[in-house]
Amino acid sequence: MSATAIAEAPAGPLLSARGVSKNYGHVVGCRNVDFELYPGEVLGIVGESGSGKTTLLKCLSGRLRPDEGSIQFALDGGEPQDIYELSEPDRRRLQREAWGFVHQNARDGLRMRVSAGANVAEPLMNLGNRHFGNMREQTIDWLQRVELDINRIDDNPKTFSGGMQQRIQIARNLVHGPSLVFMDEPTGGLDVSVQARLLDLIRNLVRRLNMAAVIVTHDLAVARLLADRLMVMQAGDVVETGLTDQVLDDPQHPYSQLLVSAVLQI
Amino acid sequence: MTEPVIRVENLEKQFILHNADGARIPVFENLSLDVEPGECVVLAGVSGSGKSTLMRSLYGNYLPTGGSVKVMHEGEYTDITNARPDSINDVRRKTLGYVSQFLRVIPRISTLNLVMQPLIDNGVSEEEAEPRARELLSLLELPEAHWDLPPATFSGGEQQRVNIARSFVWDYPVFLLDEPTASLDAANRERVVKLINRALERGAAMIGIFHDEDVRSQVATRYFEVADYKVAA
Repeated sequence: MSATAIAEAPAGPLLSARGVSKNYGHVVGCRNVDFELYPGEVLGIVGESGSGKTTLLKCLSGRLRPDEGSIQFALDGGEPQDIYELSEPDRRRLQREAWGFVHQNARDGLRMRVSAGANVAEPLMNLGNRHFGNMREQTIDWLQRVELDINRIDDNPKTFSGGMQQRIQIARNLVHGPSLVFMDEPTGGLDVSVQARLLDLIRNLVRRLNMAAVIVTHDLAVARLLADRLMVMQAGDVVETGLTDQVLDDPQHPYSQLLVSAVLQI
Repeated sequence: MTEPVIRVENLEKQFILHNADGARIPVFENLSLDVEPGECVVLAGVSGSGKSTLMRSLYGNYLPTGGSVKVMHEGEYTDITNARPDSINDVRRKTLGYVSQFLRVIPRISTLNLVMQPLIDNGVSEEEAEPRARELLSLLELPEAHWDLPPATFSGGEQQRVNIARSFVWDYPVFLLDEPTASLDAANRERVVKLINRALERGAAMIGIFHDEDVRSQVATRYFEVADYKVAA
């Protein structure tokens, strides 16, 4: 862990979107989205269901080619590349080596037929790591970081609870040290106590590893805790962007005001 | 001549409530204020005069409707009202400290770790950060038995002291203090006054809201009346 990396001023953007639009027939998925994400920055995308959050996330992460616009990624301060101009194998290599993707449902992001340990070790093997002892050591280290019992390293993911499966998925997506992680409702569907532990975990890992992240959530409390910056979406449009606490405490757009005022206080 | 570390120029803030028929609530306009190192400007005025709104606008928590808030950050002015979110976060991490009346932190994290956090965020090693956090917690006389616990169950005064410790642990060049002594007893208020005066002596600049007359008179180098900039009806 490098503490000094955290304090360094960011250079150019890591990821930038220009005019990204995606329609499904005549239904708008997302429309004309522009933004830049800097190294180490956490961007939250909020809005109600159907607002286009997940469509945008899929476009950004190379899983869904937009109808219009471009998405550029700069690896390690290198030249920005349009991810949809890369060849299919190159794009897959980028997704595997430089990115992580945490699905809302852990079952979509895990290989359910191999052990928890193998799930965490696989990204290391994909990077060409062949030293079994090293990989096992790193896997154990990661299972501990996500607070899982290392005695269960050889158990199948099916035998873990939903919250534990989500932690295995997080370890699997961070173990190879990606510079950017996409997360789709990472704590959705989990009970509140599990959610709090998971949020704390994600936040610490993202900070310590100086990773950038794009997190889709409909939960504004989750957004406040994790995101440096927010993008509010409504019916496919980005209606407001800004510093997280500014958007939540002094929202400007009518829809953001409605969204924030609709939150139940506890 | 010393350069101001905060330059507020022609600041204006009004709230527009779109879901209440677009109601407009004007707070202040044409508000200008310069603060130099070593100064502690105390915001005066009755409640509802816009003191907290000004404070939050200076921190970038509220978005002003006009004017600028320039903060001297690493030798240059950054305008908080239109800077990129990552530069505002950088200014908040290194230059601009904020003490509010409420402790708003992630659950489950120990008091000691919370106090160490601003140092860690500024690249200080854990070995170096821990003794400094301990020093501040003992200075504020928070019982040592509490240090390993998350502050959720602490009393109001104890939580407030955690808040103060985690702001004063890092030598911010500028502090915004929003009633940092609101729920403290006399002895603890004295300790906070000492911390504030120590920071002023090393050249920190401060803007604060204090309801306690006694504290106010001990730290203020000048008063600023927010109500003077109220929008004429």
